[in-house]
Amino acid sequence: MTTKSQALLNWVDERFPLTSTWKAHLSEYYAPKNFNFWYFFGSLALMVLVIQIVTGIFLVMHYKPDASLNASGVPVAFAAVEYIMRDVPGGWLIRYMHSTGASAFFVVVYMHMFRGMLYGSYRKPRELIWLFGVGIFLALMAEAFMGYLLPWGQMSFWGAQVIVNLFSAIPVIGPDLALVIRGDFVVSDATLNRFFSFHVIAVPLVLIGLVLAHIVALHEVGSNNPDGVEIKKKKDANGIPLDGIPFHPYYTVKDIVGVVGFLFVFSAVLFFAPEGGGYFLEYNNFLPADPLVTPPHIAPVWYFTPFYSLLRAVTYPLFGLDAKFWGVIAMGAGVVIFAFLPWLDRSPVKSIRYKGPIFKTALVLFVIIFFILGYLGVQPPDNGGIKDRTTQICSVLYFAFFLLMPFYSKMDKCKAEPERVTS
Amino acid sequence: MSVEEKMDSGRRQLLLATSVAGGAAAAATAVPFVASLTPSERAKAAGAPVEADVSKLAPGEMMTVEWQGKPVWILRRTEEMLATLKPLDDQLADPMSEKSIQPEYAKNEARSIKPEFLVTIGICTHLGCSPSQKFKIGAESGLGDAWPGGFLCPCHGSTFDLAARVYAGKPAPTNLEIPPHKYLADTKILIGDDGTA
Amino acid sequence: MQSRTGKGDFLMKTRAMKFVKRLLAAALFAPVVAMAAGAALNLDKAPVSTDPAALQNGAKVFINYCLNCHSASFVRYNRLKDIGLSEDLIKDNLLFTADKIGEQMKIGMTRDNGKAWFGAAPPDLTLVARARSSEFGSGADWLYTYLRQFYRDPSRPTGWNNKVFENVGMPHVLWELQGDQVANVEEKDDGHGGKHKEVSLELKKPGVQSAAEYDKTVADLVSFLVWMGEPMAESRKNIGTFVLIFLAGLFVLSYLLKKNFWKDIH
Repeated sequence: MTTKSQALLNWVDERFPLTSTWKAHLSEYYAPKNFNFWYFFGSLALMVLVIQIVTGIFLVMHYKPDASLNASGVPVAFAAVEYIMRDVPGGWLIRYMHSTGASAFFVVVYMHMFRGMLYGSYRKPRELIWLFGVGIFLALMAEAFMGYLLPWGQMSFWGAQVIVNLFSAIPVIGPDLALVIRGDFVVSDATLNRFFSFHVIAVPLVLIGLVLAHIVALHEVGSNNPDGVEIKKKKDANGIPLDGIPFHPYYTVKDIVGVVGFLFVFSAVLFFAPEGGGYFLEYNNFLPADPLVTPPHIAPVWYFTPFYSLLRAVTYPLFGLDAKFWGVIAMGAGVVIFAFLPWLDRSPVKSIRYKGPIFKTALVLFVIIFFILGYLGVQPPDNGGIKDRTTQICSVLYFAFFLLMPFYSKMDKCKAEPERVTS
Repeated sequence: MSVEEKMDSGRRQLLLATSVAGGAAAAATAVPFVASLTPSERAKAAGAPVEADVSKLAPGEMMTVEWQGKPVWILRRTEEMLATLKPLDDQLADPMSEKSIQPEYAKNEARSIKPEFLVTIGICTHLGCSPSQKFKIGAESGLGDAWPGGFLCPCHGSTFDLAARVYAGKPAPTNLEIPPHKYLADTKILIGDDGTA
Repeated sequence: MQSRTGKGDFLMKTRAMKFVKRLLAAALFAPVVAMAAGAALNLDKAPVSTDPAALQNGAKVFINYCLNCHSASFVRYNRLKDIGLSEDLIKDNLLFTADKIGEQMKIGMTRDNGKAWFGAAPPDLTLVARARSSEFGSGADWLYTYLRQFYRDPSRPTGWNNKVFENVGMPHVLWELQGDQVANVEEKDDGHGGKHKEVSLELKKPGVQSAAEYDKTVADLVSFLVWMGEPMAESRKNIGTFVLIFLAGLFVLSYLLKKNFWKDIH
């Protein structure tokens, strides 16, 4: 480095912790050297967040949250999306990036969460990282849900109608709460405008804040790894973990490979199947919202369907409260229960590599159940038939995975953790 | 620094190749985003050429039509008005319209196809205000006894003659812009399209 | 490319792969299962074309027969240049409902009038090919089948009914071309002890076009509707091919770079 740029750097460093931040989080942040495939998804989630924010900024320049009808009898908001798709140069590409990005976000985040469950990344001392992560997941669901209303198509409208009505199931305050959320007696222009505001300002702010907290907490305690052993326990004479390598350049160059690989898949969907077979962009959403006609089959977008199944599984009233209420509770609990994992897992080891057969089986079953619930969530209910029964059984097993974990994780026969990371 | 010294040549080449390819990818990604900032098809349709019928325009009068959301003035100049142009040359910033924007066919003394009709965009080349008409001559105009008629920009005081040429020593750098236009008939002008584009 | 993994981890990986396959299978078979739940539609596969001649013919049919009642309010006339029509040709032959080529394909009929005349306002057709997609087939398949399965039905106010879209409000606009079809209804055992109606169509009075010609006309029209639903679809795929090839190259480069850096790590 030339002396001039060094001088400039010194000038900045006296006023802002530039070099020290760079060192603390990149060049001298020591990450375990044995990260595998599953460790790509953290940086990928960050990448998708950037894609969503940048494309979102450009979409807001052309979109209008307005439910009133234009001269052709089409809601302005719906027409604004087609305006972006047709009249704005490059608009279709930006819009497809954003719509594909929404689904990609959930794919990446689900993989990232699964990684945490595989290797016990939520265990002490990383409970807060995990809690921030659950917060990110909740914020992401809110963000996706409110964003889905904006195209103002049939699925946008009726999806919002159904989900907002969930809140009316809460005893006493429910109906008023739903009214306050909508700002009207049905989902309407008022709802569209406030969802727009939340989608582009409020929730992204929360999301970015939580992501920062997630990363700061991670860099405070250090990364977990596929062996689940703490690399900070074995350090060399300079205080550097023996199994640690600087994040930069080693994991930056590795994550670039992950990013390019991800972009390949992302582009393949974006350019060749942006509708995702009707799962990423639902066909009925090409019809403008019509408050008088519900589409024959209404299902949430794929990433919500496992939780939607939990909602539909509850059909019995309990303790004098009707089934609708308990369904909402089941759905909410299905998401929030992830937050308790750090305290539910009593296994002496973190990583699946050293956990016993019971935990391994439970996790495998859980993943299968998650997929089955997701699949059943897009299916129409069959009035107490085989699908509804399967949904109910799977829902019970879903919660059993979490609630029984303190017992089975404790009695499981685990292998001894190694002293150092393997390989 | 040390990292660079250690760097073997293979790594250097790979770094360079990846950076160049990655940079190209980033630049290509920027294309749709920058493109989305340019006028949309809707804006282009709204800014399509407009026809102006000047048959009812009396000599000495001016009409305004909207093209691309901007005021386009059509001034029907009398012989007296045209006569004021030539003597002003040495008071103007760009009498020959060398620096100003106009189609080749309007780069002349009267800055028009037919001297009788001046077609110009009524937006000051300084900071975009629309100048006002000052067709009255002499003291009556409020612009001094020698004022031969023209335009005054209310924002920063730039003055223009009856060929929309700017006076010297005024904030506006160039003459008012002449839009592409052509005569569809003797009294019918198409603004925004001269058949060359 | 990955560091060596433990045995349990390997197990998880293969299992994870199985789940992915399961998900794919679920996505693929979802339509089949859903079909069992609702009334199944038997749709003919639409021979969708991207050939300019077919699209131009489709545009002509659309503007002559559809654009009187249906708008395509997101499509500007000058977009037709994308399918190879010249500006003058559009201006002289196709510009019926607007005076400027940059305007959208709107119609004079108001939605209220449409409602009064047809029972429901004729929908805007810009996106019909995308919106009509379902588990039974693409939107094009639906349209291709629908437009060929009108039949005479004196009980309907328009005198027409449709096999795909029962009791549809729209009359058979392409009737002169196709001719008159009538429906023969047969009661058949459904195999579960019940009966179900089977409707078969028969051409009673031929139209101006032969059956094959009419199929071609409808195919062109449907191709045009598909084009209109996403006019940038072809360029999207073309750009996509370049992007994927480029990213594949970048992947190799970045992978080699990663390998080079990681050779120090043991």
